[in-house]
Amino acid sequence: MTVATIPAPAFAIERFRLANGLRVVLAPDPGAPVVGVAVVYDVGMRSEPEGRTGFAHLFEHMMFQGSHNVGKAEHMRHVQSAGGTFNGSTHIDYTDYFNLLPSNGLELALFLEADRMRGPAITDENLANQVSVVKEEIRVNVLNRPYGGFPWIKLPPVMFDTFPNAHDGYGSFVDLDAATVADAQSFFDAYYPASNAVLSVAGDFDLEQARELVERHFGDVEARPAPVHPSFDEPDLDGERRESYVDERATLPAVAVAWRVPDPVTDLDAFLPYVVLGELLTDGDASRLVERLIHTDRTATAVAAHTTFMSEPFASRGPTAMLVQAFLPPGTAVDAVLGTVDEELARVAEGVEEAELDRVKARVAAQLLRGDDSVMGRSRRLATAEIFHGDAAMTTRFASLLGEVTPEAVARAAAAMTPNRRAVLEVIPGGVQ
Amino acid sequence: MNNVVPGLAPEVPLTLPVPVERTLPNGLRVLLTRRPGVPLAEVRLSIPAAHADLAVADLLTAAIFSGTETASMSEIARRLQGVGGALGAGADPDRIAVSGNSLATGLPELLEVLGDLLKAAEYPDGPLEVERSRIIDGLSVAEQQPDFQVGRVLDARLWGDHPYGHQQPTADEVAAVERAAVLALHAARLHPAGARLIIVGDIDPDATAAAVEKALGDWNGMGESGTGEPRRMEPLPDMAPGPLVLVDRAGSVQSAIRVAYPAVARTHPDNAAQHLANLIFGGYFSSRLVMNLRETKGYGYSPRSRVDHAPAGSLQLAAVDVATEVTGPALAEVRAELRGMADNPPDAEELDLARRYALGSVKLATATQSGVANYMSVLAASGLPLSWLTEHSERLREVTPADIRRVAAERLDPDRAVTVVLGDGAEIREPLAAFGEVVAP
Repeated sequence: MTVATIPAPAFAIERFRLANGLRVVLAPDPGAPVVGVAVVYDVGMRSEPEGRTGFAHLFEHMMFQGSHNVGKAEHMRHVQSAGGTFNGSTHIDYTDYFNLLPSNGLELALFLEADRMRGPAITDENLANQVSVVKEEIRVNVLNRPYGGFPWIKLPPVMFDTFPNAHDGYGSFVDLDAATVADAQSFFDAYYPASNAVLSVAGDFDLEQARELVERHFGDVEARPAPVHPSFDEPDLDGERRESYVDERATLPAVAVAWRVPDPVTDLDAFLPYVVLGELLTDGDASRLVERLIHTDRTATAVAAHTTFMSEPFASRGPTAMLVQAFLPPGTAVDAVLGTVDEELARVAEGVEEAELDRVKARVAAQLLRGDDSVMGRSRRLATAEIFHGDAAMTTRFASLLGEVTPEAVARAAAAMTPNRRAVLEVIPGGVQ
Repeated sequence: MNNVVPGLAPEVPLTLPVPVERTLPNGLRVLLTRRPGVPLAEVRLSIPAAHADLAVADLLTAAIFSGTETASMSEIARRLQGVGGALGAGADPDRIAVSGNSLATGLPELLEVLGDLLKAAEYPDGPLEVERSRIIDGLSVAEQQPDFQVGRVLDARLWGDHPYGHQQPTADEVAAVERAAVLALHAARLHPAGARLIIVGDIDPDATAAAVEKALGDWNGMGESGTGEPRRMEPLPDMAPGPLVLVDRAGSVQSAIRVAYPAVARTHPDNAAQHLANLIFGGYFSSRLVMNLRETKGYGYSPRSRVDHAPAGSLQLAAVDVATEVTGPALAEVRAELRGMADNPPDAEELDLARRYALGSVKLATATQSGVANYMSVLAASGLPLSWLTEHSERLREVTPADIRRVAAERLDPDRAVTVVLGDGAEIREPLAAFGEVVAP
């Protein structure tokens, strides 16, 4: 089977822009009686100020603490009262807020998102409360478990030199404690204008009615200029960088290796072969590194390769990386694994069979389609495609674009992943052996 | 500017797909559900395995993809990948499950692979040792995770010698499994009698039924007893309250608090009231537990409660991970909120909020192919069809505040609950002693 036989998702996509600059994406699909509403703001961890690590994420929490016409905890109460669910998530290059509701809750979700787009109601009290909640989130996900933050927090400082790219986006407790209401106001003023956001609606709704509701609720959100997005670019590495740390709760050695890749937005054609390469290396038992490291050499117990630090190739900007991470059986030397990865990359660089690539592409396409099965996932992906690629309809084209990646392009990508361009981070287990 | 929160449009009724049911001559029960949308298919196979040795079952499910009489591990993986597919397998005390998905057009191929695994998996020595090592390595990491650690102690404390008391094998148990035991388990248990195959997606039920028949029709129908009747799991014993169990985890920067209390089964007349009582207590964001412990006190990121329905019995569980220094106050709040469900029961408004959420959740959970497949699978494990959700939704509409108060008074009592706390013993032993006797696991 080749990717050419895979049908693209069959839903219409309508795009327009309100006078205040808000970009709107509507994708009606009567498949199930539910509707997904997502708002993506074009600001992520990279934009938070020095001395305020973790602020983009803390601010995301504050967006749930009430707004002009919505009291503390009422956003959640309104959505859940409509039978819906909600969440938000903070990423390296964007922050999203999303709601999934039975389709009769569409207007409610639009009202709630519009209300907080006019500004959250932040007080000293609810800020202190959410600083405390975020610290517990960090304790659960990073501090109190083995391999916490590996590699997404731990590897960037090895690879990058500048604050935006290198710092811990979850934040230090010192910085979180220092956050003020005034910081939140200036962050909102700078990064949360309507003109810096995309609203997307997917699922069971009437196009004309939705258009009218969007205009009614968002039309009078104040028009403010969008921030200028600075380049975060840094020079590529010109020699290997390598660091290690002891994780007291880890029981297995682990290693993450990263290479800079072409910009996922401005150089998409050159970036896509790395996405295919990641799958070729570690998707399933037939993939190159799983077969070699796990099943043949037995020098790894798990291995995964992916592009961008949060594994979201179509919702990231540069500078970013391709990562290979592996957990090793106790006592295994990291250098042996690195040497084998080099060998396997060299083999790919010599050439790849079309048949192998077709299998990999079929799997990639199926995974992308699976993400579209949920209208919540679909609404989020439409919005990030509009943010990063300037066109929500790109979500329906990623599978075919990946399908066009040639064996030669994959080989060239592998050839570029040389030891002198890599950043390596090793976890030394300190836990009970 | 609009400042009135808009109401809801008229409610859209719940509409569930209707599965087509077939039973193959060899006893395999097949449930096929057409759910157009994305051109994919979701597959869930469940095989009864009560009283199978869990270490053996874990090794079996890890190594079943390692090769058959006619295909190597790589060949199996390539066939699946070529149709955009993947399969995984797992075991719990009740069953062995294989699940996966593929492009809808590739479903016949995925079923052929599945049939080959079930009929002819060989568990070759080399790959079996690889999977054994990977399970042991994975366990060594899991055993450092607070949730895994506290879960293991809680299972043992709750269920003792019942198979549910030991749901995660130890590294030593996995190390001791012989290949012959894996082959014997496959021969004894991996049979279609009592097994259930669920397929949901952009499929034609008739064509899919034919593909299932072709791939699995000659799967051998006899289990170890020769009657094809799977062994049954005995019901869970009654929960026995007792002193608080402290699991010492030196240096832990959080305490994992777990409070377990009884539950009735899905088929019990009080199930709908229990469902809503759980939501109100800690089962959704707008619950008392979340509003108090997270949004007011800031003690924890995700305080929560849930009802677990397993084939052998049901259970309710409250869980929160909190900073070490607030362990005592957090446990006091969990207990007070639990007691408060009967002492300060919800009024009609608080109940209606939870009810509307529950009714909507059914629509959301059945809005995707994987959601329908998962729900069908979970319900089938309790012997219920997907259409049970419609009946349950009607029962949710009938629950009154008095019903909530009654089910809360009957089961939501911290003094009759089982409490396990994992954390830094040196720091939390004293605050926990304020609640009564504290014992080690």
